[in-house]
Amino acid sequence: MAEIIQEEKAGGKKKAKKHAPHIDMTPMVDLMCLLITFFMLTTAFSKAKIMEIILPEKQKENAPAPKISASRTLNIILGPDNKIYTYPGTVKAEDFNNLPPLAETDFSATGIRQKLLERNRTLAKKIADFNDQVLTGKLVISQDSVLGGIRQLKKDDDTGPIVLIKAYKGANYGNVVDILDEMNICGIALYMLVDITWYEEKMVETAAGITPSAATAQK
Amino acid sequence: MPKIKLPTKSPHIDMTPMVDTFCVVLTFLMLTATMRPTEPAPVDTPFSISEKPTPDFNIMTLLLSNDDRVFLNFDNGPDTLLKFRPKILALMGGRYSIEFTKAELREFEKYPSSIGVPILKMKEFLAAKGNKAKNVFQTGIPIDSTDNQLALWILFTRQVNPNVQTCIKGDSKTSYPTVKKVLDILQEKNVRQFMLITSLEAAKINIAEIQQ
Repeated sequence: MAEIIQEEKAGGKKKAKKHAPHIDMTPMVDLMCLLITFFMLTTAFSKAKIMEIILPEKQKENAPAPKISASRTLNIILGPDNKIYTYPGTVKAEDFNNLPPLAETDFSATGIRQKLLERNRTLAKKIADFNDQVLTGKLVISQDSVLGGIRQLKKDDDTGPIVLIKAYKGANYGNVVDILDEMNICGIALYMLVDITWYEEKMVETAAGITPSAATAQK
Repeated sequence: MPKIKLPTKSPHIDMTPMVDTFCVVLTFLMLTATMRPTEPAPVDTPFSISEKPTPDFNIMTLLLSNDDRVFLNFDNGPDTLLKFRPKILALMGGRYSIEFTKAELREFEKYPSSIGVPILKMKEFLAAKGNKAKNVFQTGIPIDSTDNQLALWILFTRQVNPNVQTCIKGDSKTSYPTVKKVLDILQEKNVRQFMLITSLEAAKINIAEIQQ
């Protein structure tokens, strides 16, 4: 462009001044740095993950409670301060004077997980073997069939525990998610979230050494 | 000894390659950016081993903050184009005999975040200018049995968008009674399958551990 303009000038023999080919790019770099920082901070790279749960249908007022065998039942009560209390079998409201003691444990790998795996050994082993076969290539099936296979294993199982998850008022949402997650890790086939009964609340209060009045004040 | 004279170099560095890389990175970030939605309350989601990603559309998200407030967000991502929000608010206003003007419905549609405003304060909330002024009204949706507005919001959301799935995004410090109330409301409205939003955490167990 510059040359063309110069040719138009009459007899311009002057040579066009040669500019250095460098442009000062510092402001541009500055701006880009800012933009990159901005985008990096506002971008959500990994999408949040989800855990699916299904609640049972709302029960009618006077419908009988579903019958489950007491020998397979394991009750987990989420207590305050990230504690877990467990007891096997069932307790009836009639024997509130003679409540079974609660075993206290926690969310660590040696705590509740150990306990669940102990009771769920057969199924957990089956699932682990199945996963192992898929991973080592002995069994070549699609991802969907893997999930289906595990589901079938869980369905066929009739020795593992039936876990009833209850929460005392001092528990929080994180505890609930953690315990549901623990169910997934240990491959528990049957578990459900149920309401805590008043005598189970009493059991927790005895075990944790909370006086009932203090508990209500806490709430 | 003669001094060794270093040749003086020009202080300019050729920044072209740097600019090139910056350009590439910038373009990449701009194209992949999905803006992190700003939430009215900070929420620390609990961890789980689940690896399923959150669906992009047809979801409503219940946000439970650690001070036991409940928020609801109806449309995320592509759903926004379908303009569910004004319809839901109009239905909600109809139930409480509150007439919302077009401008108010528009304001509600534009609000980019979860809603946690009692319906009676909604007009003031929509009239407030700026996020700070608006956040004052975000006291959480009432969930008491006497004034169960959350149940109505859920009902109307499901009327407007029948395919909606429910996500719960709770802070790990949210107290259980609040969670229980919300779950009960969902169960009552026949929403029995839902998704808990969690962050990923690795957990491994091996066969040896099982056989112990």
